[in-house]
Amino acid sequence: MRWKQLDLAGWGRVAPVPMPTARPERQAELDGALRAPGALIARGAGRSYGDCAVLTGGSAVLNERLDRIVSFNAATGEVVTEAGVTFADLAAVFLPRGFMAPASPGTAFATIGGAIAADVHGKNHDRHGSFGDHVRWFDLLTADGQTRRVSPFSDPELFAATIGGMGLTGIIRRACFTLLPAASQYVRVHERRVRDLEGFLAAFAEVRRTATFSVGWIDAMGRGFDFARGIMETAEFAENLGTPKPRRPRPVPFTLPTFALNPLTVRLFNEFYYGRVPRSGRERERPFVEFLYPLDSLLDWYRIYGKPGFYQFQCVLPDAEAPKGLQRLLEEITAAQGASFLAVLKTLGGPGRGHLSFPISGYTLALDFPRRSGTEDLLARLERITLDHGGRIYLAKDQTLSRAGFRAMYPRASDFEAVLARVDPQGRFASDQSRRLGILPQDLRA
Amino acid sequence: MSGGELKMTETWLVLGGSSAIARSFARAAAGDGADLLLAGRDRDDLDLSAADLRIRTQRRVEVVDFDALDFDSHAGTIRRAKEFAGDGTLNIFLAFGFMPLQEEINASRDLARRVVDINYTAVVSLLQEAAPIFEAQKRGAVVVVGSVAGDRGRPKNYVYGSAKAAVAAFMQGYRGRMFRAGVTVTTVKPGIIDTAMTWGLPGVKGGASPDIVAKDSLAAAKKGREVIYTPWPWRYIMAIVKAIPERVFKRLDF
Ligand SMILES: Cc1cc2nc3c(=O)[nH]c(=O)nc-3n(C[C@H](O)[C@H](O)[C@H](O)COP(=O)(O)OP(=O)(O)OC[C@H]3O[C@@H](n4cnc5c(N)ncnc54)[C@H](O)[C@@H]3O)c2cc1C
Repeated sequence: MRWKQLDLAGWGRVAPVPMPTARPERQAELDGALRAPGALIARGAGRSYGDCAVLTGGSAVLNERLDRIVSFNAATGEVVTEAGVTFADLAAVFLPRGFMAPASPGTAFATIGGAIAADVHGKNHDRHGSFGDHVRWFDLLTADGQTRRVSPFSDPELFAATIGGMGLTGIIRRACFTLLPAASQYVRVHERRVRDLEGFLAAFAEVRRTATFSVGWIDAMGRGFDFARGIMETAEFAENLGTPKPRRPRPVPFTLPTFALNPLTVRLFNEFYYGRVPRSGRERERPFVEFLYPLDSLLDWYRIYGKPGFYQFQCVLPDAEAPKGLQRLLEEITAAQGASFLAVLKTLGGPGRGHLSFPISGYTLALDFPRRSGTEDLLARLERITLDHGGRIYLAKDQTLSRAGFRAMYPRASDFEAVLARVDPQGRFASDQSRRLGILPQDLRA
Repeated sequence: MSGGELKMTETWLVLGGSSAIARSFARAAAGDGADLLLAGRDRDDLDLSAADLRIRTQRRVEVVDFDALDFDSHAGTIRRAKEFAGDGTLNIFLAFGFMPLQEEINASRDLARRVVDINYTAVVSLLQEAAPIFEAQKRGAVVVVGSVAGDRGRPKNYVYGSAKAAVAAFMQGYRGRMFRAGVTVTTVKPGIIDTAMTWGLPGVKGGASPDIVAKDSLAAAKKGREVIYTPWPWRYIMAIVKAIPERVFKRLDF
């Protein structure tokens, strides 16, 4: 296996890391991954925002060319794929046959390997849970060079460590998971304006029981009268049995200068976004994939944030703490006027199966911050507020969480590390994130 | 692929089926309604690709063990492909290749010979074996993945390049012979493509997606084009490279 020197970064493009990188095209080539110089980390489509798929001084193994769908059972929806298969592949192949991914992140470029490693959630989490809830087994290449088929029955602890385990237990080679029925390739999307946080909480309290898909967009620049205003979107499958025309995505052709994105331009954008939905709300039929993956029509959109890159902050607050906690977070965010576009507000239904799974029952808030002076301080304050309200920060987005914060937010971290001590005692698998958070095999901690 | 009045099923024998270009081609061809027989050495890998193609396209896709260096097996591979095609039209996409670093070749006489055997001798052996079948079939397409490296010998890649040049010359004659039978013969000359072959090679930054080569190859086969460069700018790049006088070229470092 040849190693190519690449500068790799998370989607936020903060601080690219030069890494020897392998990109196996066949499973047999992947066997050689452990001959990597130094420690290593698997990488899918690089759609995580922070530093979970990079490792300073280590190597990366890209799974994008291992992209085959290996089996499909139309009676049960059970599918086996290689780790590099993307949500775009699943949508293209299975939506026309009436099946959808059980949980979809907001981008179809993400891979199945990345979806398991981050235990991703979608706009249907209340109803269907996260991706890991639908995984039956996976083949995992571990530090000893062995490949094991791991299921909740064969090795429940390794299974729980790998779901949401951010690539630290090894490399997922292929996985078996269950698709869910999708009645149409179109959804009826209902959009309405929401005036404030109370409005959102009331709206979600209702729709999380009634709607299949729901998501809120909050104007993260709105102050005073506009504080926490936004749009509530819900969706159900449409009757339409047609096939939508595929989209032609457009690239952001070059990296924008940082001044392009300033509080004024962003406020204008947010104003437009809010204003485009009439006061009385509206209902439209839209292709399902456009509803699921709205940003995918713009390729390489991280370039909008310019050379310094950007951070994404995402936390979840437990239901009881959400009203107070969200208020505090949004106060902090809007006071900073940090040129953030819309914040995404969703509900999550319950805990995931992994030791480090992100979901808990509650409200999750996500938004981008262009990297400017003071952004890291703001993120530290948001971490504090999250912690004070019993919440946690999503590792797939994180680049700044503190060690203490991580320990407090992820009480099962020590279970996770006990598994690492068994399957990777030398710490062959690591990322800048795991180093920053001090996630280590238990023996190495001692 | 000028078929008869009936719409025949197109069948592609894909030789070297595990290569990135072959995989992209197989997806493109199956997506276009063709059946596929994938031939190569890594059986497990081909089985995965075959399963994938069946699920994605619901075409008939099978796998056959094939080793370019096992010359005695070539006749059997071609026969198997003809059987698989049945009443449909057999077409061949030949995509196997072997490109070690020139320094490695310089250090090993054996390796030089293997490069020639895989990239040239095996192509001759297979296509000669297939010739009577195509002449009897009186339709179909033969597409061979050559290389721009065959257009001009360079110190950094001349053994591989010379084998590809030989293939290009072979294809010229073969094209004439097949023309008389109504079979089209296409030489595809990819530039630098982003595959395992070029991944991490010194001096190679990126490369074009193998999907572009696949799309261009399929389109060229359908039109019966003789020689194509892919992606298209390579046609002009190579026109310039070929125009440089040898006296100058030998001094250049590339
Ligand atoms: C526009 C956008 C919207 C998003 N929306 C959501 C959302 O709604 N919900 C949500 O949950 N997430 C969301 N995400 C985050 C994204 O889904 C996750 O970060 C996901 O992990 C990305 O997958 P990837 O293939 O790009 O993985 P990468 O970013 O390459 O890697 C992410 C992690 O997965 C590990 N990994 C990747 N492949 C393997 C493998 N084969 N074996 C073991 N470990 C592996 C890596 O080591 C790393 O720790 C969004 C991201 C973007 C860019």
